[in-house]
Amino acid sequence: MPGPDLLSSQGLRLDGRRPNELRRIRCKMGVFTQPDGSAYLEQGNTKVLAAVYGPHQAAKSKSSTEGVVVNCQYSMATFSTGERKNRPRGDRKSQEMSLHLRQALTAAIKTELYPRSQIDVYVEVLQADGGAYCVCVNAATLALIDAGIPLRAYACACSASMAWHGGQPEPLVDVGHVEEAAGGVVLTVASLPSTENIALLEMSHRLHMDYFDVVLSRAMQGCRDIEVILDKAVREHLAEGWTKEDVVTI
Amino acid sequence: MWTSKTFLYKTKRGNILKIVREHYLRDDLLCGSGACKTCPHKDDEIVLMSQAESICALFDYPHYLVLDTNVVLHQIDVLEEDALTNVIILQTVLEEVKHQNTAIFQRLLEIIGNKRRKFYSFVNEHHKDTYVERNPGEKQNDRNDRAIRRAVAWYEAHLSINRVNIESPRVVLLTDDENNRKIAQDEGIICCSVKDYVENVNGFPGLVDKLSKNVIPENCSKDALYPAHLTPTQIHAGIRNGKLYQGIFHASRDNFLEGSVVVNAFEKSILLQGHIGINRAVDGDTVAIEIFPEEEWRKPSDIVLEDKSEDPGDLLEEETVLLKSTKTNSNDEVTPTGKVVGIIKRKWRQYCGILMPSRLPGATRHLFTPAEKRIPRVRIETRQSDVLASQRILVALDSWPRNSRYPLGHFVRALGPIGDKDAENEVILLEHDVPHARFSEAVLACLPPNDWTIPKEEINKRVDLRPICICSVDPPGCTDIDDALHARRIKGTTDDGLKKYEVGVHIADVTYFVRPNTALDKEAASRSTTVYLVDRRIDMVPDLLSSNLCSLRGGEERLAFSCVWEVDENANILSTKFHKSVIKSAAAMTYEEAQIAIDDESRKDEIASSLRVLNSLAKKLKRRRLDNGALLLASPEIRFQVDSETHDPVEVQAKKLMDTNSMVEEFMLLANISVAQRLAAEYPQCALLRRHPAPPPVNFVNFLKAARQQGFELDVSTNKSFSKSLDEAVIPGRPYFNTLLRIMATRCMQQAVYFSSGTCAQEDFYHYGLACPIYTHFTSPIRRYADVIVHRLLAACVGCDVTHASLLDNKAADALCDNLNYRHRQAQYAGRASVALNTHILFRNRVEIESAVVLAVKRNALQVLIPKYGLEGPLYLPSDKFTYNDEEHVQICGKVILKTFDELTVRLSLDSSNLQHRKLIFQLVKPYVPDFSYKVEDMDVEFVEESDLPQKIEKKRKGTEAKLSKKSKKK
Ligand SMILES: [Zn+2]
Repeated sequence: MPGPDLLSSQGLRLDGRRPNELRRIRCKMGVFTQPDGSAYLEQGNTKVLAAVYGPHQAAKSKSSTEGVVVNCQYSMATFSTGERKNRPRGDRKSQEMSLHLRQALTAAIKTELYPRSQIDVYVEVLQADGGAYCVCVNAATLALIDAGIPLRAYACACSASMAWHGGQPEPLVDVGHVEEAAGGVVLTVASLPSTENIALLEMSHRLHMDYFDVVLSRAMQGCRDIEVILDKAVREHLAEGWTKEDVVTI
Repeated sequence: MWTSKTFLYKTKRGNILKIVREHYLRDDLLCGSGACKTCPHKDDEIVLMSQAESICALFDYPHYLVLDTNVVLHQIDVLEEDALTNVIILQTVLEEVKHQNTAIFQRLLEIIGNKRRKFYSFVNEHHKDTYVERNPGEKQNDRNDRAIRRAVAWYEAHLSINRVNIESPRVVLLTDDENNRKIAQDEGIICCSVKDYVENVNGFPGLVDKLSKNVIPENCSKDALYPAHLTPTQIHAGIRNGKLYQGIFHASRDNFLEGSVVVNAFEKSILLQGHIGINRAVDGDTVAIEIFPEEEWRKPSDIVLEDKSEDPGDLLEEETVLLKSTKTNSNDEVTPTGKVVGIIKRKWRQYCGILMPSRLPGATRHLFTPAEKRIPRVRIETRQSDVLASQRILVALDSWPRNSRYPLGHFVRALGPIGDKDAENEVILLEHDVPHARFSEAVLACLPPNDWTIPKEEINKRVDLRPICICSVDPPGCTDIDDALHARRIKGTTDDGLKKYEVGVHIADVTYFVRPNTALDKEAASRSTTVYLVDRRIDMVPDLLSSNLCSLRGGEERLAFSCVWEVDENANILSTKFHKSVIKSAAAMTYEEAQIAIDDESRKDEIASSLRVLNSLAKKLKRRRLDNGALLLASPEIRFQVDSETHDPVEVQAKKLMDTNSMVEEFMLLANISVAQRLAAEYPQCALLRRHPAPPPVNFVNFLKAARQQGFELDVSTNKSFSKSLDEAVIPGRPYFNTLLRIMATRCMQQAVYFSSGTCAQEDFYHYGLACPIYTHFTSPIRRYADVIVHRLLAACVGCDVTHASLLDNKAADALCDNLNYRHRQAQYAGRASVALNTHILFRNRVEIESAVVLAVKRNALQVLIPKYGLEGPLYLPSDKFTYNDEEHVQICGKVILKTFDELTVRLSLDSSNLQHRKLIFQLVKPYVPDFSYKVEDMDVEFVEESDLPQKIEKKRKGTEAKLSKKSKKK
């Protein structure tokens, strides 16, 4: 079959995961004191910081009576990839990522609660090793929760790719950089797992219809798995009783 | 568990990159042993037996084997024998093998996949207890050796947990790396070299013959015969600074001490001469060469030199005597000359041939002579030389140390007695890389039951053409009928008042049975084509499909893919449609029967009238095609009459061609073209098409010169002008002359190839031989895989079937085309080799005097063709009698002048003195040359067996593409 060998004959991926296993996720909420909410999240070697300001009064031009305006800004650190290069803010790729991020987060936030207001979300990719968008969404969700902004549900994002094992299609969840670079299709989903809604769906290449369903359901399963991890992190964070007021008093 | 690997990596631009990769370590990996009580194995996950009985005398306790990478790489033939079981293949090894040799990697996977062999692949690189990190400054190889030892130690400890009561297996490391063995011993690991192990195995006598003699060639400097090769680093540096060149080595067929390398920087290929000049390069190897200064350049010798039949031991002969190559003064014949200084990549495969047993009684070292003349003889070790001496055998090359005159190899298997028909066929199939093993269980499982009939709901989905009178026309004895035809008058007339007909071509619906991505589909794709030998057919799909369920037999309901046109009586197409259908062929006829039906005016039945319409339309189609510039080419085609019991050929004759042959052909061409147009429009990126590039003018030089000698100026500027001037080149009283001209024209052609529409510019789609802008293969899905793909593409675009991923994948399509072209070519060579084999059998006991024509004049021979048999070969002319005129390409002896197209009488007989290379001998009878014609006996000395065959290979009957491979279809 076409496509690179992403699965060994024993059914393990290049980095030793099984097809349905996420990369290791570690996260921490409330990493900064200046913003209203913040979070650090890493999935494997992809590491992202997210900060949230707001809701606050919206600038006149952006203001909407319908609900809060979510303003996102995505950027990558100069040192985030193996090859160091200067990445001007607001290049096309960042703009696109910002828009996609906004789409996913707007779907999660109860926007109708804050008309004529605005929420600013800043995400910075500190290290990129595949699936940067997904990690950004997950980090931003934690930061929103840290900021105490009411959400409909967790917004989680996860990617999936296609490989073959023993002649059968076998989708891979949470695609790393090596797997992305191998040239297979990468399907990225941002969803609200508890409501089964999809906020954003993107594909890097063409994928034959026959395989779409299996790849999508693997990505959705990834989102649900991430939700469980995020939920646990939030509960632990709250259990620590480590709130903003404490920080102020220290 | 989680760790990360860090690499430094240099980019193409020379920047140093640091790459960090994740590497997960797991605790859920199983050891695969039945003796283990700790791992949570499920029943089907146990591969290694709990009681692994030892077959090796060195170890009297049950044990598992762990193989080192070098063992897998060199001893794969030993591993493939059904002897060693309970083997652990570590992932470290698996990955190194994959990296170094994909062919061996595939073979290893095959062994691992075979449940009976009990090979377990253990993922040590991701196991938390067996992963080792590379130490600072440690070489990758050393790390891998350490990883292997760690895994062995882990297994030993892991299995010993349960070693309290029962004796659970130990673990033995097999490695040929002395250093590794030493360290392992120090660490308390049981280890052993493969040679020691295999030589002490009981119960498998042939196993030791398969041991590869993988000495490191450059280390044998004692008594070295050959200069050492440069190291890869030296080669790399040499090529970079322009002192060395890289190219593929081609050995000469005629002279074992000569070869050539094509190098980009030089127009002519580089000549290599002598043992030292060739320095252990074998045909096909990628080598590094050094080119001599210009004053040492020589010209290729034109003598024939075979390696002596006696084994001189490890000595190199005085080669100036052998070569006799002269330095000439005329500069234009001098070729750049050089020598091999290093091997970049070996391209060794397994070779068929015969054993030449050593004269010493009880000797185990013998010489092996490959059937392919370009391959040097090989030294092998075997204790079965008595048995093998009368057999065709298969041998693999292992190494070529500096102190050995011959390369070292080992025996792989015997193919059968020399001269035995099956063994000889096996040789043909192996040497042409034709996959011919029996279909696997997995493939057979994809077949419908034997008593399959068309399901009702399938009939409802299709156009029902059962009431229509459809018939098929094929060569006699054809059982894989993939096309049938019909034609009938339809109501109404065209605007110009012409009659209208409906014409249908119905092709076996193979893709109904061969579904994408099944084992059956993969096997068919790998075979790519059915291969026709004279007495054997190697099917692309199993017999049930090829001869029964797909074959459009007379009187039986079959599924078909139909292409139906409306045409007017001048054969102009008014409309075209494609659909799947059900048909019931009224009759499966031979060309002869169809011809009789057409000619017999008393027959007024539906079949006969349908055939007459088809025939008259076909003639108009053909006329129009030829007017467009299609070439009517010819090739001598012969047909063997085979004895029904022995399958030996008893008679041979040129094939007869009738109107009905060309009738079927025209409609197949038409269908192919119609389908090609539709596909190209529908799939701009991935339509499978076939193109035939125009031959470059240089191909025609000799041909035009020869035609000029006969008084004809041919215009080859376009296919149209060429076709026209061929038509006009007729000599009254010599009817065969024109055919001969066409045969030779065929040999100037390029090979037609499959390609994917995305890989080529639109103007390159042109099919030169057929003079049509676009072409594909649609009409023979039973025996060509290209047609299967074309069927699937067409079915998807007319809505009969769904697409699947690889069908629309450009890269996959391109890779598929490469394989199709390769298999197609190999199938043609194999078919020709089979004809040659049968010709030899036919002439085993006979001598004939026949008329012949000269196809070409060579320096020391005439290439002659016997029209009656379609046989062709060299007629050698001794240089003391004949003088060769270089300018005119004629041979002169006194008053006798021999030139191309001349007609001669020759005597045909078979020379069996060399079993490996039996050859037909042509002797001149007329014109009479004193002391040369006929009675001369001692002429076999200079035999070059059809020395120019390779150049002819490309050339086939381009004009008759559609029925190309059917020509040899016969019992
Ligand atoms: Zn175990």
